[in-house]
Order: sequence, then structure tokens, then C-alpha cells
Amino acid sequence: MQDEPLFSASAVSKSYGTHVGCRDVSFDLWPGEVLGIVGESGSGKSTLLNCISGQLDPSEGDVLYRTQDDGMKSTQAMSEPELRKLRRTDWAFVHQNPRDGLRLSVSAGGNVGERLMAVGARHYGDIRRSASEWLERVEISTARIDDRPSTFSGGMQQRLQIARNLVTHPRLIFMDEPTGGLDVSVQARLLDLLRSLVRELGLSAIIVTHDLAVVRLLADRLMVMKDGSVVEQGLTDQVLDDPQHAYTQLLVSSVLMP
Amino acid sequence: MIHVENVSKTFTLHNQHGAVIEVVSRANLDVHSGECVALTGVSGSGKSTLMRMIFGNYLAASGQITVDGVRIVGASPREIIALRRHRLGYVSQFLRVVPRVSTLDVVSEPLLRVGTSEVEAHGGAKDLLARLRIPEPLWSLSPLTFSGGEQQRVNIARGFAHHYPVLLVDEPTASLDGTNRDTVLTLIEEAKARGAAILGIFHDADARARVCDREIDVSGFKTP
Amino acid sequence: MSALVREHYNFAYLDEHTKRMIRRALLKGVAIPGYQVPFASREMPMPYGWGTGGVQVSAACMVPEDRVKVIDQGADDTTNAISIRKFFERTAGVTVTERTKEATLIQTRHRIPEQPLSEDQILVYQVPIPEPLRFLEPRETETRKMHALSEYGLMHVKLYEDISQHGEIATSYAYPAEVNGRHVFDPSPIPKFDNPKLDNSPALQLFGAGREQRIYAVPPYTRVRSLDFEDYPFVAARAEHRCALCGSTHTYLDEVIIDDEGGRMFVCSDTDYCNEQQRANAEAERDAG
Repeated sequence: MQDEPLFSASAVSKSYGTHVGCRDVSFDLWPGEVLGIVGESGSGKSTLLNCISGQLDPSEGDVLYRTQDDGMKSTQAMSEPELRKLRRTDWAFVHQNPRDGLRLSVSAGGNVGERLMAVGARHYGDIRRSASEWLERVEISTARIDDRPSTFSGGMQQRLQIARNLVTHPRLIFMDEPTGGLDVSVQARLLDLLRSLVRELGLSAIIVTHDLAVVRLLADRLMVMKDGSVVEQGLTDQVLDDPQHAYTQLLVSSVLMP
Repeated sequence: MIHVENVSKTFTLHNQHGAVIEVVSRANLDVHSGECVALTGVSGSGKSTLMRMIFGNYLAASGQITVDGVRIVGASPREIIALRRHRLGYVSQFLRVVPRVSTLDVVSEPLLRVGTSEVEAHGGAKDLLARLRIPEPLWSLSPLTFSGGEQQRVNIARGFAHHYPVLLVDEPTASLDGTNRDTVLTLIEEAKARGAAILGIFHDADARARVCDREIDVSGFKTP
Repeated sequence: MSALVREHYNFAYLDEHTKRMIRRALLKGVAIPGYQVPFASREMPMPYGWGTGGVQVSAACMVPEDRVKVIDQGADDTTNAISIRKFFERTAGVTVTERTKEATLIQTRHRIPEQPLSEDQILVYQVPIPEPLRFLEPRETETRKMHALSEYGLMHVKLYEDISQHGEIATSYAYPAEVNGRHVFDPSPIPKFDNPKLDNSPALQLFGAGREQRIYAVPPYTRVRSLDFEDYPFVAARAEHRCALCGSTHTYLDEVIIDDEGGRMFVCSDTDYCNEQQRANAEAERDAG
């Protein structure tokens, strides 16, 4: 087992004036681990995700990431170029709405190739080859490589977003309700894809969702949030099958077959 | 390999006026390498609860549980995950898998997770599926479309794919026909022969007689 | 200089404070080649899109001794070229010329002269949209950040899209280039045929976008590299024809429809250069004859 986590949040809080977004959240994430963050709308899980993924500055606390070159490093201490580079190389972010994570006016191939070009790829043939490989990997026909994502179904757009993010082989992927807004059968396909990618690439992931069935299948560990605070955390199946906190018990019991 | 000492389990139902239900109290047991031990007792006596605590699925209220040297009570999720991946297997009665994933992949997954090559993992999975008489044309389909008995056999194949040194089995032969029941018992015997420590719940008295070395009545682990 | 000009206008129309403001922006632009410097663009007595940015830059650089040439689509005799030339004739009283060789200050729209420029010349470009990243990133805050951090991957996404849709880089004008190994810029809507002339030019090249209120510059002898892919290198394309008037095969040509039967011919877009070639051809013929 590796002794050092890949990612570590310590006492992260975010407040907007008197309103608390999230409060005093701490956790470690190890390589290859998938962490689920669940809670109802307004529980602070999205605020937390934005804080730890560098899209929002936490009011208090620190977020550390084990960089390839310098070891554990506070993301707040990173310069903006450094953080932006991290976000398009080592990190990935899958948005709930593919429109937020894709360029709808650019072809599927261009969407996948963008991160490669951003890190200096300048060979069209190579870029296109990588793009096709990734389209295949997320089960989008390579015949669609020159089509714009606006012509894709919701499930395809979501898979394209994943391909676009994974093409630079990130080590950590943040996902905000990745299966939200998709049909149940399409969700299943996406879950299967995410699970095998996580296993094959040794990815670590932080998934925010309100869907307990999703975390049951994807997450190793679970954090339950309510009113901005983590009320319970632990092994996913343990938290779901033997919830200790009143709120978690309520959450679990209000779901049909989690 | 499995050591349970003074373990108790209570459930606090916060949403039912904080009612506290005691399910297991002061349980003690040991399972050694190469032996199979059966938990007995009437339904509701806490057999499954005890198994789940050993697996880390339920939190023990007090006491100590050690599996292959790892202390389960108070262990970090990461330690439990590693233990389950490599050393502690659990064959439950219910198949819980991602929809749409093929049976072959479902059975291979525990092997792939410990780093076995795909070819080898698929080889192992195919052997087990064949032994458990899952017709080959079904291997590429999701087991969620199968009958109850088939699903249970897929679950058993998955549980036995990787050779865990410690194995928990919950009613592995329930609702199986004679031939398949025999195969499952043979799998348990093979695991024992490899030196695995096995703790199980078997309602089937003949099965118990065939594979189990000892029986422990969990009714004794309750506050009178 | 006519009395009328002196009485009614400051030299070259703009007041001296405005010129000073523009010169400061120009100096900053020269100091940071390719960087878009904001400036307080003035209302000019002509509509946006008619070269208000270029006119302000020209006015700020102009001295009474200048010989001014104005090019529109390569030609000196189109409405826009004539009106801007007249504007400076009336407001600055400067000498105007159509000869590239004679000019000291050239304001241009859509072309770089075929005649190589010299160190004594300033070339002022009229720019409609100065931001090369605008195509894919609509937020100005974000594009400025991208320039600041040299995040230019998006420029290649545009070229990638070109190749994937057309089999080649189909961008044929306003072709993005990197200046001095740092900033990527939009060289205004000149044909990509002219891009190589931007590189290492002895002349000072200034760019003015009136509506967008931006000024940028390429100082003399600065490296300007057109963006491309390793396997799809930049090509300075031109129509594969010969000029119907002067016969040259190395100039940028315009296609001109000459009758109602669909008849067409190709002629040099640079009228001054074409005239000069024709004169030279005539002399050579006379000498031979």
C-alpha cells in the first residue's frame, strides 16, 4: 500500500457571507480509489467539489495534491498557470451537463484532441489517431469523429466528455452527477465504462451524486453530507448497509433498493 | 485466520425514536486455515450479522475481529478494501453487479482487480462457469437477465474465482439442484485443501455434514 | 498645406493629446510584439469598418514630410483607399502616392504590398477583429488569460477542425501566427499568401482595431511564424495562374469576371506592382525591338 495519499483535503470550508457552503471537510484519497460524496441538493456537495478541484477558493482549509514533480503541494500555493496546467493534464472534470464540459461548435475529434493540443501535440495524424482510439474506447463510432456533439444523444455527449478528459491520462477525475439526466439504461452503460476505466487506468475519482445506486456500484468510500457538513463517512457498503447517523438512515431508507 | 472476540452488535434506529436493537452480543469464535466452520442457529439469531461484521460490512459495537492479521474493528476503509481485494472473499446470496456487464467479465473481475492478466482471468472464469453449468452462450450476457438459480451460480463463480485465503459463504447451496450443489461443495473442499479458512451459513444439513469441520451455534451469542 | 486645413483641423485630424495616447499604446505594442494593447479609440469622421483603427494609428505616426499610400484589397483606386488618402491630404496636407517604393507610410486593408518593404517604411493595418482566439472562446477575460499564460492549444483546434472538414488547412486569410516566439496574433484579413512577408520584415508593422479598441505591433526584423501541424505544414497559397495583365506568376491574384458569359481572368491584386511590371515588360520589349 502506498503511504502517501494522492490528494488530501483538510478542514475545507466555504462560506458566502453568513451562508455556509461547506464546513470543515477533511479526507484523503489514495491512488486508484473512488470516493463518493452524497447528499441532497443544497447539502454543499457541489460547493465542496468546486473548492477541492480548484474552481473555487475555499474560505478556510487546505487542499493538497501529490504532483508528479514536487510531491505533495498545496493547490492554494500553486500559481495560476500551474493550477490551470494541472487541470488540463493530471486532473479531469466531468460536468453533469455535457454542455459545460464540451465545445459544442467543435467536432467530436476536435473536442477529444483539444487537451492534447493544449499540452503541445502538433501532429494532426497522431492527434486524430488518439481521438479515434478514445472514441472507440467510450463506445462512440469513429464514423462520428467529424460530427459536432450537438448532434449526439445525452449519453453520447457524456461519454465524449469523458474521452475528452481522459485523453491526457489524468490521475484524478472529478465528476459532478455524471449520470444525472440520463435514462436508466444509458446510466448503466456509463457506469460500466467508468468502472472499467478506473480499473484499467488506475484512476482516482471523486464523484458527487445524489444517486446512492451510482455510488454503490462505483465508489470504494462514501461521504454523506448534510447542511454543508460531513455527517458520516466510511466504506461504501458499510455506510449504506449499516448507516450510523440519523440522516444517513433516512437517506438510505428513502431509496428503493440502493 | 478469523478471530472474533467479545463482539456485540446493536442497531440504533434514529428514525424510530432511537430504538436500540441488540442482534449479537459477546460473540467469540476462531476459524483456522484449512477448516470450514458452520454458523448455526434459528433465523434471526444473528448469523448473517456476524458474517457481515467480519466482512466489514457492518460495524461492530464492541469487541475485536481479526482477519488474517488485520484488525477489522476500527480499520480504515482503505485497509478493508485491500483486505477484501486480496484476502477476504464473500459469497452472498444476492448478485449485485453493474447492469449490462457480461457474465464473463463479472466473474473475471476479482481476478483482474488483483492484477491477473485478462487472458488468464478469462480462462479462470470460463473454467468456473463451465463447472457450474452456465451454458456458454450466456457468458456474453449480463447475469441480471438470468434465472435466480443461474444468478446464484454466477455469484458463486465470482466468489471462487480468486483464491482468497479467507472465505465467507452465505447459503451457497440454497435453491441449487443436486449436481450443482455437488459442484459448489467440491469448490469448498478444494478451497479448504488449498488452506483457506472458511466460515459459512448452510441450512442444508447434508452439505454441512460433508464440508464443515465444526459448527458454532450463534444463539449462544445473545443476552439471555 | 492649404489654409483651410490649418484653420479647421489639427495636423492629421486628431488632437495632440489623442496622438500621444495612441503613441504610448504603439510603444507598448512594439515593446511586446503581438500583444494587444487597449487604447481609447476615438470617434472618426467615417463609420467603423472603414478603417478607423488604421486611420488613428496612421495619424499618430504621421509627420508633414510623409508620403502616404493607402491600399484597399491591394488597390489604390477603390473608394475606401481614395477617401482615406483624401482625408490625409486634406487634414495633414501630406504628399500622397500610389507607388509602394516612394511611400513612407502605407495604410492597408487586406494586403501586404508585393514590393519588399524597407526600414524607412511603416505599414499600418486596418483590423476588424484583433482576437485570434475569439472563434472558440467568447469570453474576453478568458482569452486575455490564455494570452498571458501562452495557452494557445485552442488555436490548433481551429486548424484541426479545418483539416478534418476540408482535408487541409482551409483558413485562407487572417491566418494566425506567433510573434517573436510568444504571442499568437491575428494579422488582419490579409491572405495567408502574405503571411511570410510579415516575418523578419525591415518595416515597422502596426495594427489598429478601432471598434475593438486594440493596437498591436510587429517591430522590424521580428520572427513571425504561421501556426501549422507537423504533417500539415503552412502553405502560402495563391491561385495557380499567371496575371493576365503583367504575366507575373509569383504574385497574389484576384479573379475578375469580365463579361456576362462567365468569362474571367486573373490579375494581380497589387495594382501598383502590376503597373510597374507592365512598364518593365514594355521597356524590355522596346529594348528587344
